Amino acid sequence: MSLRIYAIAYLIFLYAPIVLLPIFAFNDATIIAFPLSGFTTDWFTELASNKSLHAAVKNSLFIALVSAVTSTILGVCASRAGAMHRFRFKAGIMGFIMLPLVLPEIIVAVSLLVVVVQILDLGLSNWTIIAAHVLICTPFCIAILNGAFQNLDPAMEEAAMDLGESRFSAFRLVTLPLVMPGIISSMLIAFTISLDEFIIAFFLSGSSPTMPVYIWGLLRFPASLPVVMALGTILVALSIVLLTIAELLRRRGLARAGVKDEGGFL
Amino acid sequence: MLSKFLSSENGRGLLMVSPPFLYALLLMAFPLIAIFLFSFWTQDFMTLDTTFTLNNYREIAEKPIYGALLQRSLFVSASVTAVTVLLAFPVAYFLSFHVRPDRKSLWLFLITIPFWTSYLIRVFLWKVILGYNGVINTGLINVGLIDEPLTFILYNVNAVIITLAHAFAPFAILPIFVALEKIDRSLLEASQDLGESKFMTFMRITLPLAMPGVVGAVLIVFIPTIGDYVTPELMGGAGGKLIANMIQTQFLALNNAPLGAALAIVAMLCATAISLTFVLINRRWLKGRS
Repeated sequence: MSLRIYAIAYLIFLYAPIVLLPIFAFNDATIIAFPLSGFTTDWFTELASNKSLHAAVKNSLFIALVSAVTSTILGVCASRAGAMHRFRFKAGIMGFIMLPLVLPEIIVAVSLLVVVVQILDLGLSNWTIIAAHVLICTPFCIAILNGAFQNLDPAMEEAAMDLGESRFSAFRLVTLPLVMPGIISSMLIAFTISLDEFIIAFFLSGSSPTMPVYIWGLLRFPASLPVVMALGTILVALSIVLLTIAELLRRRGLARAGVKDEGGFL
Repeated sequence: MLSKFLSSENGRGLLMVSPPFLYALLLMAFPLIAIFLFSFWTQDFMTLDTTFTLNNYREIAEKPIYGALLQRSLFVSASVTAVTVLLAFPVAYFLSFHVRPDRKSLWLFLITIPFWTSYLIRVFLWKVILGYNGVINTGLINVGLIDEPLTFILYNVNAVIITLAHAFAPFAILPIFVALEKIDRSLLEASQDLGESKFMTFMRITLPLAMPGVVGAVLIVFIPTIGDYVTPELMGGAGGKLIANMIQTQFLALNNAPLGAALAIVAMLCATAISLTFVLINRRWLKGRS
């Protein structure tokens, strides 16, 4: 019983900052502090007319979309190889691919910055951010896709091949539909990670900032904070919707593969 | 020859895994080697001098500020790890042992949601909570517990630790939960049938079997927190800056990439050395992990 109370208190601790977000987004005052002064939707209207914010959002959406698709494709390769094949140095190779999960983001950021700017002498652009985001998203995609691939019976693809399908069409017709929920869920998670990622984007963005980099700029100006709160409210609502879809699909994927749900994205 | 290799089990597996492997090789391993080399070079304004030198490392060893920042970073990361893992263990235990199986994924989902919402904004909101006119201070003043706002909770190391402990909470809960889920429940019954108390059963069965998860949680919190510069920048004030802020300054403001690279290498080596030591100390709990 006391454990349950503790767990609920812990959830309150986890949600405390997020609950404040909508409160201040609708609060009619430029200072982010209590007591509240009144209700307003001005901050949301201000968002709608902010051109540089729109450009930043567009950049972020593009980066997140490309990163999500690419890292999911790489994740499918790794998860399928891990679940359905035996090969040499398997543990080492899989561990190596998962390594970005524990690598501090600032190390990823500075090492890519050095390579792109100083060694290859290229400019920074959205593509440099995408390259880094794919690297850090892939381990998360693999973790999700493993659930979908693990208990897939290789005999099903073999049966399709025995019945005359090529290796690729056997994959497309048999395996792909079974792991589809996992694939979509993996794309949604990678999309969410990339959309929110700041540390790497700050180092690698060129002349056009991503949304988190733009928000970072706003945080220095007290006058723009209510707008940040409004933007944050929208982002939180959006990620909750995306994550709920991802979770429902992940569960359906597990059910299709006939695996017991062990919970969690990570 | 090639077609034979490609049709073998080994060959197909390697072919399948090669795209993500090559990607990690090109975009992680090579860049890491590059900053390692870079740290032995020097930069004078815009020109890069590629003669091998240990000057960057000598500067880090000689100037006390780098050592102090590194020490503070390691202290903050260690504190965050300790706080996060200690607070997370009971939650993971509750989830694994006291929540109905069909409710478990809902609980896990609730725990992970805050983690996926904008990190920058979450850090900023802690400022709102802990600030001079923040939620805690106004709340305590209204209740009448304090007369003056508390100032020891913002713009110092404490604020950095609280914020990071919040940010990394799910990272600590999930590995411990997975380890607890794997425990064969009949072992616990056997222990109690043989006369151990509930507490001793926990100490002698549950905790040792949960250690792989605890070690995993420690590593996955400790290593990335070394590289965070957002929280110390926003929450740390003047006395709460960490090594990652210095790395960022060297690269972006002072335009001294080689020194920044050397700092990054030193920070990473320290984090790795501490992590390996921690794993070695706990290796007897990790044996027999299959």
